[in-house]
Amino acid sequence: MRPLNNIKSTAVPLPIEDVDTDQIIPARFLKALTREGFGDNLFRDWRYNNDNTPVDNFVLNNDLYSGEILIAGNNFGCGSSREHAAWALGDYGFRVVVSSFFADIFKGNALNNGILPIQLTADELDSIFKAIEKNPKCKFEVDLKEQSFTVMDTEEAFSFEIGSYKKMCLQNGYDDIDYLISQKDKIEAFENLQIMY
Amino acid sequence: MQKTLFDKLWESHIVDSIDGTDILYIDQHFIHEVTSPQAFDGLRRRGIPVMRTHKTLGTADHNVPTINQHLPISEPMSRAQVNKLTQNCDEFGVELYQLGHEKNGIVHIIGPELGVTKPGMTIVCGDSHTSTHGAFGCIAFGIGTSQVEQTLATQCILMNRPKTMRITVDGKLSKGVYAKDIILYIISKLTAAGGTGYFIEYAGSAITSLSMEARMTICNMSIEMGARGGMIAPDETTFDYIKGRERAPQDEAWEKAMGYWQTLKSDDGAVFDREEHFDASDIAPMVTYGTNPGMGIKIDASIPEVENIESFDKSLSYMNFQKGQSLLGHKIQHVFIGSCTNARIEDLRIVADFVKGKRKADDVSVMIVPGSKQVEAQAKEEGLDQIFEEAGFELREPGCSACLGMNEDKVPAGEYCISTSNRNFEGRQGPGARTILASPLMAAAAAVSGRIEDVRELIH
Ligand code: SF4
Repeated sequence: MRPLNNIKSTAVPLPIEDVDTDQIIPARFLKALTREGFGDNLFRDWRYNNDNTPVDNFVLNNDLYSGEILIAGNNFGCGSSREHAAWALGDYGFRVVVSSFFADIFKGNALNNGILPIQLTADELDSIFKAIEKNPKCKFEVDLKEQSFTVMDTEEAFSFEIGSYKKMCLQNGYDDIDYLISQKDKIEAFENLQIMY
Repeated sequence: MQKTLFDKLWESHIVDSIDGTDILYIDQHFIHEVTSPQAFDGLRRRGIPVMRTHKTLGTADHNVPTINQHLPISEPMSRAQVNKLTQNCDEFGVELYQLGHEKNGIVHIIGPELGVTKPGMTIVCGDSHTSTHGAFGCIAFGIGTSQVEQTLATQCILMNRPKTMRITVDGKLSKGVYAKDIILYIISKLTAAGGTGYFIEYAGSAITSLSMEARMTICNMSIEMGARGGMIAPDETTFDYIKGRERAPQDEAWEKAMGYWQTLKSDDGAVFDREEHFDASDIAPMVTYGTNPGMGIKIDASIPEVENIESFDKSLSYMNFQKGQSLLGHKIQHVFIGSCTNARIEDLRIVADFVKGKRKADDVSVMIVPGSKQVEAQAKEEGLDQIFEEAGFELREPGCSACLGMNEDKVPAGEYCISTSNRNFEGRQGPGARTILASPLMAAAAAVSGRIEDVRELIH
């Protein structure tokens, strides 16, 4: 996993509520055997017409908007537990998703794949959408160490919660196995003290 | 503070904790061909070895044929999977009881049989019935493939501590009632999801009076009520079972081990998150009528008349049973005696004892699949194979077989199989197969008459 610490980037606004994982990556794209290549089909049915031409007014097809941060409506990632949703977002290039609420399983899947879900209040989310409306090239700063999200145009800063273990994993780019490997010394010390086996 | 055995063992295996999640040290890791290939691939990708090869032991069991094991496996995908296990174990230096090895067998049968499974251990395997090993006073549970990789790489997994539940069964068991009936009875009372989030300790006079084989049957099925695992505090029965086994500690090491093992019990007054009590005299021979192990009844009871539950109706229609119906006398076409629940030597002895001098019903197929090569050899040494042959029971070579129907041993669609295994899910023994779970004695009795019997009326 790629470490995530400080990100300064423009953002893509998706002010839609209850975006489910079927929208993020439709079921028919789940047959692949690796984790790669899902980004092409991220939001597939919102992004492309049946004849594979881009849907003009969908935000990912609008050159005004780009960046590593997705700003999404309330209850993002509900529905099926498919981890492919997180793979698709990551493969497309998103490193951070901001919303006022995340579905539980999606949140876990995102964290396990190096994507930071930032939960803010509805008001805070609203002010971010407004900032982008005013200036599509507005930049945002994510500081994982300080657990802060800053609207750089206005210097408004919001704080967010994250568990210390998952924070450490993201900062170091560790998944659970990497983390356990990093604890090898402790594990070996434990073995030396162990009585029986 | 007074502690439960589970808490003592869990705490003594915590390397560190992070955010409420524990790094739990694993004393013994069992692997098999089906859930390990992707984990070994992960190690290869990271360029790291198996951290403790001597704490890792492999066997081929899930996907192996139960006839002609000396020949190459004919089904290409099974063959590839079994060969992959051999390659991986060779490459990473893991000891393997390959197919055909004189000590090969179902992972949860060979661990205890070899004396690898010992009191106080933490044990994991990529198979949910790892709970079997809890019979020795272990914390043993099944894990997913990414955790198999974690264990191979670091001998640890990250896990949140489950809650504790004690199930006490006191009193004397009636004639014809076995461990399988006890556990099917408990699951029928607590339901198939009733143990979710808990680790169970079984206690009480009806439990401590059981042999190790019977205790393993009970712990094995803990997972069928959703529990993470089940354990029984070790006692003289446990120590006698282990003593002298191939991997058991010897001499001085034995004395030292015993000094520790004898301390392994829940303290008087230890508080469990939940307590359940059952009276052994209320337990009768059990059968299941539905498609989860919680759908069980006493052999002389009728299928409950549950109204307006869609899944219940769906289950009965899959089984082609009616509400209020008794299973007594119901015709069956197949008998499967096997699996890590009931394929140890004691199970085979119970079956042989009953069928000696009898013959199976003509229209019934009977398959006995021993849990291991050693069980098979022991059965032959005791002449049980003769008894089975005369009864028309087919004694196969060891493996998981019709427990999960991954190999050729399947029950045809729509036909009934009385099975000593642990799961009666839709399609578990083959697409459309109808499974009735029961004890080895109940299975043997059904084999002889071709119908479901009340064994209490047939034994003296
Ligand atoms: S016998 Fe059945 S339950 Fe036991 S390990 Fe094999 S497949 Fe799993």
